[in-house]
Amino acid sequence: MNALPSNHIAVDLLVFVLSAFLGLELVRNVSRLLHTPLMSLTNAISSVSVVAALIVMSEPRKTDSIVLLTAVATALAFVNIVSGFMITERILKMFRKEKKN
Amino acid sequence: MLSASYLHIFSAALFILSLKWMGEVKTSRYGNWSAILGMITAIVATYIAFPFDHVPLMFAAAIIGSLIGIPIAMNVPMTAVPQQTAISHAFGSLSVALLGVAEYYQRVPHVDPFTMAVLSSEIILGFLTFMGSCIAFAKLQELIPGRPFIYKGSNVVSLSVLGVAAALAADLVLHPERQILIFAIIALALVFGFLLVMSIGGADMPTVIAILNSFAGISGAGLGFVLNSKILVVAGTLDGASGLILAIIMSEAMNRSFVNVLFGGFGAVSSNGSGASSNHIQRTVKSYLPEDVASLLDGARLVVVVPGYGMAVAQAQHAVKELSAILESRGCKVRYAIHPVAGRMPGHMNVLLAEVQIPYSSLLEMDEVNPLFPEADMTIVVGANDVVNPAARTQTDSPLYGMPILDADKSRSVVFIKRSMNPGFAGVDNELFYLPQTMMVFGDAKKVITDITAAVKKN
Repeated sequence: MNALPSNHIAVDLLVFVLSAFLGLELVRNVSRLLHTPLMSLTNAISSVSVVAALIVMSEPRKTDSIVLLTAVATALAFVNIVSGFMITERILKMFRKEKKN
Repeated sequence: MLSASYLHIFSAALFILSLKWMGEVKTSRYGNWSAILGMITAIVATYIAFPFDHVPLMFAAAIIGSLIGIPIAMNVPMTAVPQQTAISHAFGSLSVALLGVAEYYQRVPHVDPFTMAVLSSEIILGFLTFMGSCIAFAKLQELIPGRPFIYKGSNVVSLSVLGVAAALAADLVLHPERQILIFAIIALALVFGFLLVMSIGGADMPTVIAILNSFAGISGAGLGFVLNSKILVVAGTLDGASGLILAIIMSEAMNRSFVNVLFGGFGAVSSNGSGASSNHIQRTVKSYLPEDVASLLDGARLVVVVPGYGMAVAQAQHAVKELSAILESRGCKVRYAIHPVAGRMPGHMNVLLAEVQIPYSSLLEMDEVNPLFPEADMTIVVGANDVVNPAARTQTDSPLYGMPILDADKSRSVVFIKRSMNPGFAGVDNELFYLPQTMMVFGDAKKVITDITAAVKKN
């Protein structure tokens, strides 16, 4: 994993720059109607940091405190994943084009 | 290991599609589901690639987190979504910051300078966002006063705190084995986050929440760099970009810069001299009753409603919906003028009006609705103030000068529903109160609108 750090850094920076431009373009096109659910959605998406928790947990030199920190971080991320997606769904369901008569 | 990388690419594509589909109401629910699928894929792929011990513990953590998240998501009222969003930024950034600390302990004492620099920046950003979001939550929930807490030199103090944190981080890059520094950095980041958001007023919260959203995302991306996880870099950066764009939109809608929002102390009580003093001549406003408004609504063809934070506070959205329903049943068009910074978070008013089943085709943005005002028989301002102040157009000495506003003053009559004559957030008197076509109706927004509706029904 640490064999070619400089190469990894370059690739990660490329991914970072491309994602930033893509994200700016995508979000610029989001209707203002949807800015609130957009925030709850991106909150949930960024909680993909549980992936980081899984990686840290798989590493060899764990002390009890590292295990504890990682478990707490996992619980916090799951609060966001679950509530973020559920609130987004709740809000999106409320938007309707015409009145139901 | 390889298949996991491919799954992560799939997952990144799903997140990108999710934001694309989120662009329009029609496709927005696919957007949410695509992100859910992306999340599941990312977690499963990581589990395949990095088998770990303590599986029961991790499952327990996931279940506890879900058990906290589900009731929050099901029960939070729509008026409280801003504070819910603030607290979720706190959870997200704390999670990332704790993982940063855990990773530091994994690697210490051999941490290469690049990794240490990214780690310490990520930890600073994570903890300051955590504390800042907690304060934003407390202000929005009204646990603490919403007005800015500033004193002479407050910006110098908070920036020095951040400066010291950065200096210690630099020392840690050179000497990663000095473990005590990490605690000092965490403490300073928490203090900076506290001071930063304490100094920002309630009505600037839309921008602040967007910035905190951005910070939470970027700190996640930082962790992605350290762990060489591309999916984390992608997801964190998308979140960071999203928050940044929203913050830019919010600041533009107030004609102010980020720096001014973060360090300007806007809306502090000490607004002596600016704008307020030039209008010290005692002017009188005309106060009317709900019945007067109702009689004027008789035969109206077009009514524009301007909602603001006051509508959320008074929980008046249901009353507004009832009034619109009766007006529309009599052949009057009702449209809603949504200023970008109305409410306490981006899109706040749209969500409240959607909640009471007002079709989103009636919710108009500033550019769409401004040409409609001259044709409107009546504009009803419910709990908004600064966003309709004509001083923003003409008075160069006003703190609001240059801010794009809703042209409510151009409609044939204006009904201003207010609890009292207190000025808005900017502490500026509103010219609109004194125009000949303006009718001030004092009282609780919900009660006033209900009374207007009752009177319209009688006519």
